[in-house]
Amino acid sequence: MAENRGFEPPMNDTFMELRSDREIVIARTFRGPARIVFDVYTRADLVKRWWAPKSLGARMLDCQADVRPGGTYRYLIRAGGGEEYAFSGRYTEVTPYSRLVYTQVFEPMADAGEVIVTATFDEFDGNTRFVSRELYPSKEARDATIASGMEKGMRETMNQLDELVVSLKGGAE
Amino acid sequence: MQAFAILEPNRFRIVELLRSGARPVNDIAKRLKLNQPQVSKHLLVLKKARLVEVKPHAQQRFYALRAEPFRELHEWLEKYRHLWDARFEGMDKLIEEELEKKQEEKPHGRK
Repeated sequence: MAENRGFEPPMNDTFMELRSDREIVIARTFRGPARIVFDVYTRADLVKRWWAPKSLGARMLDCQADVRPGGTYRYLIRAGGGEEYAFSGRYTEVTPYSRLVYTQVFEPMADAGEVIVTATFDEFDGNTRFVSRELYPSKEARDATIASGMEKGMRETMNQLDELVVSLKGGAE
Repeated sequence: MQAFAILEPNRFRIVELLRSGARPVNDIAKRLKLNQPQVSKHLLVLKKARLVEVKPHAQQRFYALRAEPFRELHEWLEKYRHLWDARFEGMDKLIEEELEKKQEEKPHGRK
């Protein structure tokens, strides 16, 4: 365990891949055991401190989470522009420290349907690989949900087509 | 977000090929070793998604990429990545805090 040095991508790189027009895969490695990463990801008092990043001007007004099969959660957020909205849903599978399946509804667009999120936590050498698969009911729902998490005016510099094709290559193969 | 039409592998290959310039259907088919009706079908999808446009040239129809939707898709992806980056950084801090707490609880523990 001490001298095991294989290929290591940078620890804190956020991996993002489009698997279909309704699915997004997000992955990240954390320095800590799965038990802690799972807690930070699910426990309401901890979620309250990271879900709505201050650096993006957002704030979490309320956070409730009953993390057990059939339990529900609700995250109430105030975006940088002042508008309030909530994400809520129900846990359908809770395997402590390794796997979580839950639905997610963006309440302002509740009739657009539910996102099904499957999150896995794999521990290795004291680190944890987190992978989240988000399956959206439609393209429109996905776009709206994502747009809602952003502060208005946070537009990045337009990038060139070259970069796009590079970033999409992984997803198309 | 119509730009997701690109994610079908052959459509992706067509888009990659068109990056080097506009081409007619038969040329695309030949270069990618696909049959022409297949390519026409993909081009129709890409055209409907407004990813490509048709430019008449010397009695032939040339297919060319439109830049705008690609920028839109890329921008959208980067924004979402940015959001998750910020969230994960927040999680990093909390994980560190929790690890420290654990160490305080077990003063003789090695990890």
